[in-house]
Amino acid sequence: MTSPAAKQPFIRLEGVSKTYRFGGKEFLAVSDVTMDIEEGQLVALVGPSGCGKSTLLKVLAGLHNHDSGTVQIGNEVSPFTPGRDIGMVFQQALLLKWRTILDNILLPAEILGLPMAASRERARDLIEMVGIANFADAYPSQLSGGMQQRASIARSLVHDPKLILMDEPFGALDALTRERMNLELMRIWKESGKTILFVTHGIQEAVFLGSKVAVLTAGPARMAAHFDVNLPEPRTLSVKTSEQFGQYTKQIYALLGMD
Amino acid sequence: MPSFVRGHLYAVLAHVGFLVFWQLAVSIGKVPTYILPGPIDTFLALGEPSYNWLRHTWITALEIFGGYGIAVVVGVALAVLFVWIPALNAALMPLLITLNMVPKVAMAPLFIIWFSYGVFPNMLIAFTICFFPIVLTTYRGLVEVEPELLDLVKSLKGNRWQIFTKIQLPGSLPFLFSGMKVAAVLAVAGAVVGEFIASDSGLGYFLLVQQNALNTSAMMMALLLITGLGVLLYGTVAALEYVFVTRKGISP
Repeated sequence: MTSPAAKQPFIRLEGVSKTYRFGGKEFLAVSDVTMDIEEGQLVALVGPSGCGKSTLLKVLAGLHNHDSGTVQIGNEVSPFTPGRDIGMVFQQALLLKWRTILDNILLPAEILGLPMAASRERARDLIEMVGIANFADAYPSQLSGGMQQRASIARSLVHDPKLILMDEPFGALDALTRERMNLELMRIWKESGKTILFVTHGIQEAVFLGSKVAVLTAGPARMAAHFDVNLPEPRTLSVKTSEQFGQYTKQIYALLGMD
Repeated sequence: MPSFVRGHLYAVLAHVGFLVFWQLAVSIGKVPTYILPGPIDTFLALGEPSYNWLRHTWITALEIFGGYGIAVVVGVALAVLFVWIPALNAALMPLLITLNMVPKVAMAPLFIIWFSYGVFPNMLIAFTICFFPIVLTTYRGLVEVEPELLDLVKSLKGNRWQIFTKIQLPGSLPFLFSGMKVAAVLAVAGAVVGEFIASDSGLGYFLLVQQNALNTSAMMMALLLITGLGVLLYGTVAALEYVFVTRKGISP
């Protein structure tokens, strides 16, 4: 007999809603989001601008409070410490211009007060893993946009958090770099085994990356559906031309009312 | 030839070219020395021991660097206070902007009444004229932080002190240096105006004394020395900016 705790998912969202108030007016940013996420999943949140995907991310990051519903992160197997267990990646790399890449990657370790020698070691490994080992001592201005984003992914991993939140991390990159970064993220995710929430408005990107896809719609912002994506592994670019891939994207278009 | 050597070479050539043009214009145009001496006559004035160049230059340098130093310390301190205490910023920033409209040069006669004359009041004039740009630019640099960067630190439960020391303070440096460069020019003007209005030493005072004697060469030399002090100050700031900002690829 399994205990109920063992069945608890890593993240459970139940009827989560969030309303913003500006000058007496109310904006429903997120409503009735219900979803379970297992540890180690890469969940893509896809939807148009204004569908509340970023708001949902901020609620999970503990940056915003939600108005109703429950947000549970962590379970008995894998307890979650707010702050310590969150890694974030944004659309802009947001590297500190006056720090070298290595020192940028170490920022979360400094803020959390982790032992620096061990963190430095780890940062060096991560720089290698994201493929910019030669740029450890370079300044951000010397790196291309794609390489800066690799550095910011390494930064999100340096304190070994359990949950990585990514808010359109490749949205500012050119199309080819973006494809390459999708493959890289796939590899990094597999190597690190982290739970990743990935916000995007790229439908193809969502299907390609997601082990699970959640579709959010705007006006009013709500979650239309979420489903597991079962595509052949390992996912290479050729997966994108498969029939199954087409089915999934078609399904998302339909959910967004664009079919 | 490396590009930066070529860049500096052009700069040196332009300066030398200016002196040559000046000398030629005066010689060929037969301009009387009491109207405009050439650079040679001007530099010859340095040889006159009764002019006390060292003492006057020392006094003016003291006023410029002293006033400037106080302005940097007070200006940065105020900007930091404004960032930490928003109420103080809300109350005092508009007042500062109004006070900035007061022509500081016109306050010099009052300073003489309040502090008598000498090195200290002139230092104060240099200070009042050059500290506003430092406060304004530093404050802007401190508050200009990408909101998502704050989100990143907050998601790690970072505190305000960490945000200040790790992000705001280093991020404000390019702004601080641009303010300090503007202030360097103003500090020189402030010190000399102070000496014009009341003093018994300094290059500004010396300028006025030599004017009465129609000793134009000595006046021009004083002007060159004042300019030299300004260039020294500006160059020091620019060098610090290079070390702390430009070399690290942080665009100002």
